[in-house]
Amino acid sequence: MNNLIEFIQQPWPWYVAGTIIAIVMFALLYFGNSFGLSANFRNMCSMLGGGRSCDFFDFDWRKQTWNLLFLAGTVIGGFIAHQYLMPDATIAISEATVADLQALGIANPGEGIVPQDLFSFESLFSLKGLIMFVVGGFLVGFGTRYAGGCTSGHAISGLSDLQPASLVAVIGFFIGGLVMTHLLLPHLLSL
Amino acid sequence: MKFIKYIFLGILFGITLTKAEVVSWFRIYEMFKFQSFHMYGVIGTAVVLGIIITQIIKRTKMKAISGDPIVIPPKQFSIPRYLIGGTIFGLGWAMTGACPGPMFILLGNGVFVIIVAIASGILGTYVYGRIKRKLPH
Repeated sequence: MNNLIEFIQQPWPWYVAGTIIAIVMFALLYFGNSFGLSANFRNMCSMLGGGRSCDFFDFDWRKQTWNLLFLAGTVIGGFIAHQYLMPDATIAISEATVADLQALGIANPGEGIVPQDLFSFESLFSLKGLIMFVVGGFLVGFGTRYAGGCTSGHAISGLSDLQPASLVAVIGFFIGGLVMTHLLLPHLLSL
Repeated sequence: MKFIKYIFLGILFGITLTKAEVVSWFRIYEMFKFQSFHMYGVIGTAVVLGIIITQIIKRTKMKAISGDPIVIPPKQFSIPRYLIGGTIFGLGWAMTGACPGPMFILLGNGVFVIIVAIASGILGTYVYGRIKRKLPH
């Protein structure tokens, strides 16, 4: 039993994570639903009364209760992993990444699950923190709905079904991600 | 009680993405810098297995738990919608280091400031709904 716990406490390799993600996708299909997390942003808009001012949100969000509960489960899962399964939260990123991030002024890259200096409420009161969370979050919410899905809906579910639309969406994800990482983030982080 | 299975699946998903470091801003940065195979391995494994699973579902005309056939609705193809929308999402993904699922998983990890990105994400979706008709699809 102790061996098992020790085994679980190590960082999980990519093939374990990929396999579990595929199983989760299959389970959701088998239960008569589908795997797509960004739909919950739309569900929340509807829950908050968005249907009164915009017909895009005028639907019965109660039919999406399963997805909202799945989402609630992910929060609990994050809590369990953080509390009980992470003896040390260092992320084993490559040396090249560590060097690049140090050059951009990120302190202790890989220490903690996210950069501590950026992911704090104090950082929200700095220009870069404000842009990162407010603009970044907005782009995620706007872009996923425009594209009709996020990583789970397009990159996993859509590509698994060999949908050409999802391939275009994933190409878009990478165009945006590469432009941000290579061209914009260096400026943002030096603000 | 019929909903409890979704909570369990969510817990499994949240634990997995935390343990495999998929929710880490550092991993997303590293992925877009092509400095590690890790994230490509995660997504690649899921897609390869997903293709096999989807083909089995279709070829065996597998039924869902309810007895109805499993249907995977095809997405109507167009370039502008998916390319522009996808690019906008990609910009936000690389900035926050989190797509929608990991944002919530990070909340469970005690990274509370991510609630601002979540609120902004809900607003972004709302704004899309409002101006949807004016955008190329």
